[in-house]
Amino acid sequence: MITETLIEADRRLPVIRMTRDFAATPEQLFRAHTDPVLFAQWVGPDAMTTRIEHWDASTGGSWRYVSVRDGTEYGFHGCFHEVRPDRIVQTFTFEGDPDGVVLTTLWFEDLGDGRSRLRTQSLVDSFEGRDAWLRTDMEVGVDEGYAKLDRMVIDGAV
Amino acid sequence: MGRPRSTVLSTIELKLRLMTTDELTRVFAALADPTRRDMVARLAEGDATVSQLAEPYRMTLQAVYKHLRVLEDAGLVSRPRAPQPRPVRLEVQVFDLMDTWIERHRVRIEQRYRRLDAVLAQMKRDENEHDHRDTHRSRPEASGYPDDS
Repeated sequence: MITETLIEADRRLPVIRMTRDFAATPEQLFRAHTDPVLFAQWVGPDAMTTRIEHWDASTGGSWRYVSVRDGTEYGFHGCFHEVRPDRIVQTFTFEGDPDGVVLTTLWFEDLGDGRSRLRTQSLVDSFEGRDAWLRTDMEVGVDEGYAKLDRMVIDGAV
Repeated sequence: MGRPRSTVLSTIELKLRLMTTDELTRVFAALADPTRRDMVARLAEGDATVSQLAEPYRMTLQAVYKHLRVLEDAGLVSRPRAPQPRPVRLEVQVFDLMDTWIERHRVRIEQRYRRLDAVLAQMKRDENEHDHRDTHRSRPEASGYPDDS
């Protein structure tokens, strides 16, 4: 069981890969990624609320949502290139950088016993874009996440 | 071994936060080039002279020096004063930067997936409740039908 997210940034391609296991069936995991009401509950981050503006989780469909913090809105949109029970291929754009786009594939694998594995691969269009994306999390972390990280360190999670 | 990981992370972050946006931009630009990333990866295994670094590439020494200058300006490598040939050395603290970003990103994603854990648990409870309710509902309905017929 991979109960803590595994993450890898490829050194030769602007790619981020992640793996995480869940106590849920692949069908449930798929639904949590395609049902807009469920998706908005977990996409986060914690300090933000998510408002789904448009959502068509089918092959050839598209999506848009807005994250709100302290009255400031951050828009994101993209396309669902391929949607199947075992995988989703989609794009992701932060509207603050409209020319940047991330191509992500998500795989839902059945581990049996009501468990499943989520694997994702995100291809960014440049190393600078990917590294800026990784760095953004650190900057957010400086603002809001220290307490949480510290707690995770104490819990032995980090 | 040595300091706890969290302390090491905080130390690196402290350094990073002291960097100006310009400095960070230079680091990004320097690492955006595949050849320079490759050079950095090779220097991670140990110091090397410029000609050793140049060996695997089909490029002039001059071109290699140009890449090195970009890495040096970004503070990613240094060439300590030494008798010729001067070795190129990786500035490990700055290189660890990438690992720090990845770790931060991982923590953020883990927070997201813990929220997903909670949503999935709620979905299961809802499904059970739904099944339960269906079972209950079917009884009176079933008992009602004979009266209708």
